[in-house]
Amino acid sequence: MRVVAALSGGVDSAVAAARLIDAGHDVVGVHLALAREAAVGGPGSRGCCSIEDSRDARRVADVLGIPYFVWDMSERFMEDVIEDFVAEYAAGRTPNPCVRCNERIKFAAVLERAQALGFDAVGTGHYARIESGERGAELHRSADPEKDQSYVLAVINADQLAGALFPLGDSHKDEVRAEAKERGLLVADKPDSHDICFIPTGDTAAFLRKRLGPAEADIVDAESGEVLGHTDVAYALTIGQRRGLDLRRPASDGQPRYVVDVDLSTSRVQVGPRSALAVTELVGDHVRWCGPVEDGEVNGHVQVRAHGEPVPAKAIVDGDAVTVYMSEPIFGVAAGQTLVMYSGTRAVLSATIKLTAHD
Amino acid sequence: MRPEVRDVWVEASASVGNASSLHTAGRGARRVVEESRESIAASLDVRPSEVIFTSGGTEADNLAIKGVFWARKSLDPNLNRVLVSAIEHHAVLDPVEWLEKHEGAEVKWLDVDAWGRVDPDTVRQALATSGVALCSVMWANNEVGTIQDIATIAGLCADAGVPFHTDAVQTFGQIPLDLNLRGLAATTLSGHKIGGPMGVGALIARRDLDMTPIAHGGGQEREVRSGTLDVPAIAGLAEAVRLAVTDREEHAAALTSLRDVLIARVSELVPGATLSGDPLNRLPNNAHFTFAGCEGDALLMLLDAAGVHVSTGSACTSGVPEPSHVLLAMGVSESTARGSLRFSLGRTSTQSDIDRLMEVLPAVVERAGRAGVLSLPRSREL
Repeated sequence: MRVVAALSGGVDSAVAAARLIDAGHDVVGVHLALAREAAVGGPGSRGCCSIEDSRDARRVADVLGIPYFVWDMSERFMEDVIEDFVAEYAAGRTPNPCVRCNERIKFAAVLERAQALGFDAVGTGHYARIESGERGAELHRSADPEKDQSYVLAVINADQLAGALFPLGDSHKDEVRAEAKERGLLVADKPDSHDICFIPTGDTAAFLRKRLGPAEADIVDAESGEVLGHTDVAYALTIGQRRGLDLRRPASDGQPRYVVDVDLSTSRVQVGPRSALAVTELVGDHVRWCGPVEDGEVNGHVQVRAHGEPVPAKAIVDGDAVTVYMSEPIFGVAAGQTLVMYSGTRAVLSATIKLTAHD
Repeated sequence: MRPEVRDVWVEASASVGNASSLHTAGRGARRVVEESRESIAASLDVRPSEVIFTSGGTEADNLAIKGVFWARKSLDPNLNRVLVSAIEHHAVLDPVEWLEKHEGAEVKWLDVDAWGRVDPDTVRQALATSGVALCSVMWANNEVGTIQDIATIAGLCADAGVPFHTDAVQTFGQIPLDLNLRGLAATTLSGHKIGGPMGVGALIARRDLDMTPIAHGGGQEREVRSGTLDVPAIAGLAEAVRLAVTDREEHAAALTSLRDVLIARVSELVPGATLSGDPLNRLPNNAHFTFAGCEGDALLMLLDAAGVHVSTGSACTSGVPEPSHVLLAMGVSESTARGSLRFSLGRTSTQSDIDRLMEVLPAVVERAGRAGVLSLPRSREL
């Protein structure tokens, strides 16, 4: 096959590309430029960013002996991921930008472009497995439970899955690092990236404050109504959050307090005990089947964050909507988060959480 | 590197002397440097003392731009204006922008027409203002191949008493260069564009041109350029310059006929292909086209896969393809500028290379056109 290997400049994508070459594919390395400053000034001004990652990616392509190109996806990334991220927070929801990037950029814009240019697939260094089931390609958890990324990939549909290759799905991270070293890839020791790529400082509240301005709100006790504190970035607070609230008084029972509700329209953030976060029912929309479509009901486990615990659940799907019933409560779920239903190791569907309830 | 040049270069690398040293080996190295200087001067019909060896075209351009600006300004603080064409190579653009940002220089960008030509009248008008420190216009453009009327522009600068510099890196070896043109104060040359070693070049600077050094040290070259000289590279450069001058006519004639076949066939067989630059008065080795509705890097990728190597122009430091500032200055729209390719012909290019290109190019352009400009956000698509 002719394959575009997405090279981020990190160790995973480097080893993934190497394995694609070993598998006999005709591989071209592509680095996605996802962010850059606008060019300003006189003729020939240049505006760039992520220079180090781009150089590392180029070096990987050179070591592997494959052609290397940079695709400028920055405008699309700005519109579909960053602006979406800001708008979701402004609307009081908690988005996952990596999910959005996989859905709209990596396995949409990039895959479409690759296919238009005559490529058959896009290969990445994601930790997930694609298995061919009786009814087509299925997305499964990776062999390394610590690194499993099936959750953030569960937004891609069957067609997109058919154009995706994940050569690291059967490996553990330490094996991948060792292999990178053996292959002479100098990115072998590069630290993992954890932060949101467009917020390298990790300070999401500061990023949102800069974009959205202040949003004052009182932080009140959910039961007594007593004002316990104040925030100037209400939209940056997320249900289930405990740190960074700066509450003036400890709770009467001495237990930690969590954000249990954020209401931007009344400028009130409510805090309460962990028990107030318990949720046993999720209502979601924007249902995506990541592989074969099942009839209305899926039994298995639900997961609501990238490295969250899967919980036994039953999902009832009705068109674009889904209701998920859990047999035990999960804690701290916010609207905007992605829910993924698993059946065994297989990621069956994803949806965006709209409402939560406790029976 | 040309084989003849490599022989000279390798031979010179066997001797170990530092041309600045006084011992025997040093004297031997010094002799190689000075004979190279004399050889280059003879090839170019200039004086040996006018040859300043540098680490390449970029350093020579920086020395000419910053060195002349500083020297002129220290002579008269009112000499603060820099006239420069909008289509220069980054080795000229960037030092000019640096002077603007850090040294308070006032920059007058000289506009070009749709073929990339600087109208001498534009220069005349710009020279009419007071306080011009220097003027720089490249001899021919590296991207679109347009040759400028350097004789007239240099003459106008002479009339105004303004030092004139030209970057001839792309031009040397292609068209005859008269470095004794009235008003031409400094000319940049580079080794690797003429089959010489990389990392060596020269600024050919009139003896009366005052320049302030851009790097300070031993002052090895006329007290304006410091640093231990790369003796083998200089020997190689001299051989490359000699060959470029002796071969030029024959070489240029061969390239021109190939170029014209290429231009005719692309124009005829590829719908939407438009030749950039001056159709007649252009570098013999250059054919540059825009392909409407295509992205340059998609064309590059598809041609590369088909074994044809071309260039799209510049990319920023993170490798993102940029619309060429040259095309933008020529009035080409940003989207059209993104779909451009430069075909450079060289010593080894043959008719069969063009045949091979024409076998694949129409299909490549068609496919790239279908792939379109997917990196744009949806809101910008039609």
